[in-house]
Amino acid sequence: MTAALSIGFDGLAYAMVLFLISVGMSVTMGLMGFANLAHGAFAMLGGYLAITLMREAGIPFVGAIVLAFVGVALISVVFERTLYRRFYAKGELDQVLFTIGLVFMSIAVCTLIWGPVNVVPIVPDFLKTQVDLGFREFPAYRTFLILVSLAIIVALWYGLERTKVGAQIRAAVNNRRMAQSIGIDVDRLFTITFALGSGLAGIGGALGVEVLGLTPFYALEWLVHFMIVVAVGGLGSIRGAFVAAVLIGVIDTAGKYFFPHAGAFFLFVITIVVLLWRPQGLFGRA
Amino acid sequence: MIGIAERGAFLRHRHRLSWAESVPWIAAVAAFFLFPSYETLGAQVLIMVLFALSLDLILGYAGIISLGHAAFFGIGAYTAGILSAQGWGEPISGLVLAAIVAGIAGFISGWAILRTTGLTLLMLTLCFAELLREIANEQEHYTGGDDGLRGIRMDPIFGVFEFDLFGETAYLYCLAVLFIMFVVARAIVHSPFGQSLTGIRENIRRMHAVGAPVHLKLVTIYAISAAMAGVAGALLAQTTEYVGLTVLSFIRSGDVLIVIILGGFGRLYGAFIGAPLYMVLQDQLAKQSPEYWLFGIGLVLVVVVMFAPRGVLGLLEDLGARFRRDSR
Repeated sequence: MTAALSIGFDGLAYAMVLFLISVGMSVTMGLMGFANLAHGAFAMLGGYLAITLMREAGIPFVGAIVLAFVGVALISVVFERTLYRRFYAKGELDQVLFTIGLVFMSIAVCTLIWGPVNVVPIVPDFLKTQVDLGFREFPAYRTFLILVSLAIIVALWYGLERTKVGAQIRAAVNNRRMAQSIGIDVDRLFTITFALGSGLAGIGGALGVEVLGLTPFYALEWLVHFMIVVAVGGLGSIRGAFVAAVLIGVIDTAGKYFFPHAGAFFLFVITIVVLLWRPQGLFGRA
Repeated sequence: MIGIAERGAFLRHRHRLSWAESVPWIAAVAAFFLFPSYETLGAQVLIMVLFALSLDLILGYAGIISLGHAAFFGIGAYTAGILSAQGWGEPISGLVLAAIVAGIAGFISGWAILRTTGLTLLMLTLCFAELLREIANEQEHYTGGDDGLRGIRMDPIFGVFEFDLFGETAYLYCLAVLFIMFVVARAIVHSPFGQSLTGIRENIRRMHAVGAPVHLKLVTIYAISAAMAGVAGALLAQTTEYVGLTVLSFIRSGDVLIVIILGGFGRLYGAFIGAPLYMVLQDQLAKQSPEYWLFGIGLVLVVVVMFAPRGVLGLLEDLGARFRRDSR
């Protein structure tokens, strides 16, 4: 019972980080059919930015997280405008190779700036305690992480379902040509989505240092996990990314808890089974 | 309409050997005499050429993008390695067995996953390789797990040629195997079967429409490619007498993809340019610092995809075409 609770709790915290990082990747893939394997690099950048701002500039925790979002979103727009857009019309292979190239470069640049070792996460004092939920105590930081992520998810859902831009994004994901022909500026929409998705990855990276760790190899190390969330959830589906993140987070945590030597085994088996059963992902459109 | 005779002439023309095709083989033999101290690296390069050649069969000719081709390389390496570690040190039979096991794995996995396309197929190839790596890590008793497989001892080839410390036998052994595999690959891509694969790559709907058994053809080439990758892995296990978990890693799958992109895919000889280029660069740059290497290879990838999507061979062809036009 205690084990199940720990797995559920830690799995959920892990899932929230996976979701925040992967959701942008899923939506850009759904919107432009762009396979961005370098998406994790934006999460890594968010992590390094937040840590550096806290350590060097003395900016408080919450401020650093917000700045990580803004900073990563702005940097991603530069990349999108100058490099990414050259690849929208190209084939999948070119996109994969181009973004893997970016991943390699991100490893080199981050090693030169921040060094090769794992970064120690900074947890603010008010989150260093335990939270008593009546039947059990949980670490405050991860509780905070889960709550903030849930709040972001609700905001994301509201923005997509209830605002005009959200409706335009949904329309463009469903049928890009049709959306264009009724006057939606899909090009601009994509830049906005790309920035938002990268910014969210930045938040996920910043909040998730305590869960995923942070080394220059981050984008490569976690790439498979992010891609699994996207593929299992279904391209362009936020609900899919959420369900997949929770599924993957809990299964991976449970696997590593019970079988420390071959923990990821189940993760890959489940992914293969899901994709053979539903190649378009759980919530993807065939 | 092209008549049967003309079509035959076209195929014969494509199949005809050109003088340029002897260049890489002459270079490989020359390298043996010119750089005697680099034979260990040389053998690794030849193994990479063979591995890249196997990927070219599915990527360049059938249009299957795999992020997990190391799966078959690893299966071959572990098959040959375990066989020898258990006391069977005869190399040729080890290669054959590795090819068979990897080929069967390729056939079964290909049968399951080649119904999908795009990102899903990419993910399935990747997950299959990662799954095998987890299994290899877990089955320490057979594979040595994280420490790697030790205790591989090879008998002399044909009972005559001993593997020496300097890697001379290893180099020539790899070269001979590569040559045989290349002849097989060349025959395959120029056969009607190879042509139908190109048809699938170019227009899969049309191939379905003319009634071609698309799935079976894709699975067949996938299995052949897997067997060839298995031979490459077996060569690595036999010549280095060691198998580590990295034979199954995502990095290795990425490496071979980059090699074939650098050289140019869909033309068999791309592997011969990409592998030496990649591995010599890696050898030199990584000596300076691993960051230089990673940044360099990342930059090269981006530049190649943007400006030379057909690789070095594509550039050479363009240059050649321009030269011919000018001289006319």
